[in-house]
Amino acid sequence: MIPFDYHRATDVAGAVATADAREAVFLAGGTNLVDRMKLGVTSPDVVVDIGGLALDGVEELPDGGLRIGATARNSDLAAHPVVLRDYPVLARALLSGASGQLRNLATTGGNLLQRTRCSYFQDVSTPCNKREPGTGCSAIGGYNRQHAVLGASEQCVATHPSDMAVAMAALDARVVVRGPAGERVVPLVDLHRLPGDEPDRDTVLTRADLITAVDLPPLPDGTRSLYRKVRDRASFAFALVSVAVVLRVDGGVVRDVRVALGGVAHKPWRARRAEEVLLGSPAEEEVFRRAADAELAAARPLPDNGFKVPLVRNTLVSALRDLSLGER
Amino acid sequence: MTDLLRPHVLGASPARVEGAAKVTGTALYAGDQRVTDPAYLHLVQAEVARGRVTSVDAEAALALDGVLAVLTPDNAPRLASTDDAELAVLQSHDVDFRGQVVAAVVARTPEIARQAGALVDVRIDEAPHDVHLGADRDDLYAPEEVNAGAETDTSQGDVDAAMAEAPFTVDHTYTTAWYNNNPMEPHTTTALWSDGDLVLHDSTQGVHPTRDTAAEVLGLDPERVRVVSPHVGGGFGSKGTAHVNVIITALAAKAVPGTPVKLALTRQQMFSLVGYRTPTIQRVRLGCDEGGWLRAVAVDVVEQTSRIKEYAEQTAVPSRMMYAAPHRSTTHRLAALDVPVPSWMRAPGECPGMFALESAVDELAIACGVDPVEFRVRNEPEVEPESGKPFSSRNLVACLREGARRFGWDDRDPAPRSRRESDWLVGTGVASSTYPVNKMPGSAATVRRTVDGRFRVEIGAADIGTGTWTSLAQVAADALGVEFADVELRIGDTDLPKATVAGGSSGITSWGSTVVAAAREFRAKFGDDPDEGDELTATMPEDDASDEYAKHAFGAQFAEVRVHVDTGEVRVSRLLGVFAVGRVVNPRLARSQLVGGMTMGLSMALHERSVLDERFGHVVNHDFAEYHIAANADVPRVEALWIDEHDPHVNPMGTKGIGEIGIVGTAAAIANAAHHATGVRVRDLPLTLDHFLS
Repeated sequence: MIPFDYHRATDVAGAVATADAREAVFLAGGTNLVDRMKLGVTSPDVVVDIGGLALDGVEELPDGGLRIGATARNSDLAAHPVVLRDYPVLARALLSGASGQLRNLATTGGNLLQRTRCSYFQDVSTPCNKREPGTGCSAIGGYNRQHAVLGASEQCVATHPSDMAVAMAALDARVVVRGPAGERVVPLVDLHRLPGDEPDRDTVLTRADLITAVDLPPLPDGTRSLYRKVRDRASFAFALVSVAVVLRVDGGVVRDVRVALGGVAHKPWRARRAEEVLLGSPAEEEVFRRAADAELAAARPLPDNGFKVPLVRNTLVSALRDLSLGER
Repeated sequence: MTDLLRPHVLGASPARVEGAAKVTGTALYAGDQRVTDPAYLHLVQAEVARGRVTSVDAEAALALDGVLAVLTPDNAPRLASTDDAELAVLQSHDVDFRGQVVAAVVARTPEIARQAGALVDVRIDEAPHDVHLGADRDDLYAPEEVNAGAETDTSQGDVDAAMAEAPFTVDHTYTTAWYNNNPMEPHTTTALWSDGDLVLHDSTQGVHPTRDTAAEVLGLDPERVRVVSPHVGGGFGSKGTAHVNVIITALAAKAVPGTPVKLALTRQQMFSLVGYRTPTIQRVRLGCDEGGWLRAVAVDVVEQTSRIKEYAEQTAVPSRMMYAAPHRSTTHRLAALDVPVPSWMRAPGECPGMFALESAVDELAIACGVDPVEFRVRNEPEVEPESGKPFSSRNLVACLREGARRFGWDDRDPAPRSRRESDWLVGTGVASSTYPVNKMPGSAATVRRTVDGRFRVEIGAADIGTGTWTSLAQVAADALGVEFADVELRIGDTDLPKATVAGGSSGITSWGSTVVAAAREFRAKFGDDPDEGDELTATMPEDDASDEYAKHAFGAQFAEVRVHVDTGEVRVSRLLGVFAVGRVVNPRLARSQLVGGMTMGLSMALHERSVLDERFGHVVNHDFAEYHIAANADVPRVEALWIDEHDPHVNPMGTKGIGEIGIVGTAAAIANAAHHATGVRVRDLPLTLDHFLS
């Protein structure tokens, strides 16, 4: 690890100002950042610890939604009674991520901003456009079982590793950001970028932008949700594919639906095409299949991950089936 | 026939004597040893698979505050022997595999050493490399012998003719992946020189073998090298021979006279520097008659070794003794590649070999319509098939029968896809296990009556987490005819009498036989009431009747596997193993060994695979996040049992060794169960979900 300065921020404005002035990273749980620093992937001049900013609250909003503080722990959020009651998709997503020990440290903002675990990104001895722009993508032509099938570029085929963010994408979450120019709100689905020609940029945030909270809007009565994660072992593994579904069926017809996919793209993938097929259609298996196929028409699998296409289809169809039947 | 001990403490389950120290963090491992003002070593590795180091610029590293020395191929002390190319660290400018050590930094802290390592500028003139293993290579060669001294090829009868005549045949190729041993404790060495004497605190499966290797490579009289290793956080074969960490730490300590040096490999480094299990490609041909009696058994193995040092896994060896058949043959062929040096990993040979054989046996049993348990029973040989020797004891059939009874095998509908529970297809499978009874000559033990009326038993044996501190003391207690509490065992130090490696499941057989000999001679000389200070040292007796019998342990493993209809996810909901392993010294420890082996076999079946990127020549998934080992959630129910087996021919304890047999056959039982669940036969491990997706 390369030496760095450590700065413990005492207020949000100060944290942002420090980060604006120097090559800085914010430290919350540190569960991904510290690994990257050990591996030489991230080498900041200064680490700004935001653990003392009292951003760990979870409170109900006047509109019936929920405001989640940026440093609320994943384990605390998963156990929060309002999350368990109103947003089961989020609780399930949180609990399917990492391990108990990691969830006890990992935070909401940190979870959103964790970086890909692409083997080549994490190995400084191999080329990687995300880590070192212009050096090439080793995953293309290399080991790409975990990699993207949607929205990738010739520069980068990495996936975003978060489970929580996939659920939040399906919940239309809004990210509250404080930057040098003040506060703004970014829809979660717009927070992360597709790689394009700048795969080094994971999100639309700049260095001194600090996530302070994530807001969840309320869900209409009768809405059900679930998160289903498929991975190479039963726990403690990143998703090969995950599906977050928020669904309201009335009279056998889909009245409201939001679908997000994990493990398939550089960002939590909001499945708009599938939603278009589903909305207003009968909640039937045939429709679910058409919806999945509509979304997957754009899939471009790599040599090692062609299975992700049928895996997404099957997982999404079974999630929609189970939710609409109300079995689970 | 051996004079068997009368069991008193043998068969009881005293808790681990070092358990409290371990769980309270006071047991000192190699990296914890308290030495004065140590320096820390970090290794710099080649980032190409083949080439020649043209320059090493250490200026920036040396300029860093706290850096004491940088060793390079240009300045490293010369070794006395470079015969073992794996250990000839920094002795030439050649790069033979990606990850090979090309420089090493000694610094005041591990962090500075690591930071400085990144600043060492190593220039390598890269040469084309070749790391591709394939059965179609035209440069495969037959080694002179395979691991454990086994013959490379064997042949009896006429396999081709028997296959042509047999009404039922199987001819398939099975592959196992590249596996990296990953004990929780990384390879760790602390080295101190003092007046030309060297002390090594090393995480090793054998202090004396490590000492002898270090002495030879460094050109020292073995008496001037002391290796200390009281506790080891797992080895699985990767600490059975000395690797580069031992030699480079000794060299580094030489470069900073008077300063002890510590090295702990990083997890990533362990994927190229401490051995691994070669991937295997196994063509298995089996033929049987109408009644399910085998006529032909043939296994042809292709696997890899490194270009600089040969290691030939004895993968086809278990097929030579498992089942009766008049026509049989085995071959081993190697590809010498620009890859890290492969070595031992838990049950080398038997583990990958029995995946292929026991999968093929399942396929043939299905083909001829005989129940897979019954098929194995039918093909039970009366004597060891290739050697013709009688078995000292062989209770495979008893294991299969008892396992089938406990598992509920008889209720099974043999048709694939015949059982579905909710969204899961459920199947069951069986496979046999086997492991040879290995006894290694060369150990000695000392028995001494101490002041407090107890008996001190000394032998340089190893406890790699297996429980030697406890089990060997149990052997000593019964050999002396005293209570467990009356034995004070000392192990893990070359200052103690010489002991052989904790490998080949030979520990208790070899060290136990030695301790029994010493105890018996002690009693013969000093009687029932020895005086304080009476002491006697004895070596392991030559085993006169050793070669008359074929000596193997056996087992039968049963698996219940669930495969999700939508996602193809594979879960092992139950594993049951029944073993015939001679006398069990300590049921508590034995169960732990067997369950651990089976769990590792489950991990091999479902998860483990080191992914080689042939462009770069390295394992890309070189950490615990991406090299998947079974997590707790993958292992809901593993039961290990054993039958009462009495074998008077193996050793005075009647033991057969239990460290490795648990991993043998597990993967086949799981693959066979997955086939039963789904109708999909997977012949290439691991059984990832994509095999089962429709």
